[in-house]
Amino acid sequence: MLRYIYAEDLHNYPLLRDTMFRDRALQFQERLGWEVSVDEQGFETDQYDDVDLNPLYVIWERADGRHGGSMRFLPTTGRTMVNEHFLHVTDGTEIRSGLIWECTRFCLAPDADANVAGALMLAGGELMDRFALRHFVGVFDARMIRIYSRIGAKPTVLGTIGEGRDAISVGLWEFSAEAKELVAKRAGLNLGLSDHWFRQSFDLYQPRLAAIA
Amino acid sequence: MLWGFAVLMKTSLEAILERLEKSSALEEMQSVAESIRDHYGVSHLVYHWVSSNGEQYGCGTYSMEWVERYLEKEYLRVDPVIAGCYNKFHPVDWKQLDWSSKGARQFQKEAIEYGVGNQGYSIPIRGPNGQYALFTLSDDTSDADWAEFTEKNRRDLILLAHAMNEKALELEPGREGPPITSLSPREVEAITCLALGQSRAQAAQRLSISEHTLRVYIESARHKLGALNTTHAVARAMQRGIIVV
Repeated sequence: MLRYIYAEDLHNYPLLRDTMFRDRALQFQERLGWEVSVDEQGFETDQYDDVDLNPLYVIWERADGRHGGSMRFLPTTGRTMVNEHFLHVTDGTEIRSGLIWECTRFCLAPDADANVAGALMLAGGELMDRFALRHFVGVFDARMIRIYSRIGAKPTVLGTIGEGRDAISVGLWEFSAEAKELVAKRAGLNLGLSDHWFRQSFDLYQPRLAAIA
Repeated sequence: MLWGFAVLMKTSLEAILERLEKSSALEEMQSVAESIRDHYGVSHLVYHWVSSNGEQYGCGTYSMEWVERYLEKEYLRVDPVIAGCYNKFHPVDWKQLDWSSKGARQFQKEAIEYGVGNQGYSIPIRGPNGQYALFTLSDDTSDADWAEFTEKNRRDLILLAHAMNEKALELEPGREGPPITSLSPREVEAITCLALGQSRAQAAQRLSISEHTLRVYIESARHKLGALNTTHAVARAMQRGIIVV
């Protein structure tokens, strides 16, 4: 299932949190060879995971409660990785707007099901649709572009730094309502279920079944 | 006749943003808040912000009695809107919040008695250096009507919320440094092309960037100019002499 969790609430999901940060270490340090920091517990985190910045994670939770894939969002009106580290890619333009969020650390578990990437993209479409956003600006490994294309969410690349193994790109995503349906279809999910997952995360008031019974 | 027509018309969002733009003191934001409330015909609008050094400011249309009551009873501790929005960044319909505790229910009952309304929509805003603000509309109406209203207006409300915040940042006492609204060379180029009447495709070609990239530069420039849409952004850039065509 898809979960939308702010950093300050991650402690409520210890298994999901720990497996996410470990999978991030596997993906970004071991598989992609990025220069990221991994602590003694094997967790990959950076300054943008800080609870003061309180990023929003979208996480695919597997049936056993473990991490299957995830990505991290921050509003571009506050601190972002793109504005602080990739200004040269945007010709010095600080991208700031209430209608643009930054998406970073798109990560898949090593043995993730084929539809997880698509499910995460669907979640991106939900965020954009419900919070009236126009774009996501993202930082991703250039080799991921192939995967994004396959799931129907190919970003426009603003620029790439480094080559081969070291290539990191900054790109943009846009979603229309139609694209959301297409992405859902390719991920083998229906929009009703996606709606249910979204509400489960964002509706803090949920009448309990027990109260009715 | 024409004059009569003009005064009957609601103030347009463009005109409201124009007034906001010209504001040179925090007090003037109060009348902007009232105009936004009247434009949408809702019960209240409140804009509240916490600066990077923890100082709080606000303007809005709640009655003095309610504001005093809120402060006196320290409702900040009980208010589900504060708990549900603080340090977050997605817009929240009050119905999504947890009003189930006894304290929250009592608070809600009183808020309705004091005319806040039974519905609300709050937009949290994150600014630079840990600055934080909350922009809220409230009204007394049915769930269905409120859902329709927020669905229809949420994007404009987000734009207004951020425009208020940009102004508040500009007016922040003791603020130093260059104006927040300065555009990057790329943004100036993008807006200039549009001002010259070029289509997005032509502008993108001229700047040797994708149309998608161009749209982001335009969106970012629109935000910095506190404009409602692209046309408005072009007009503002010309007014301010940021672009010359």
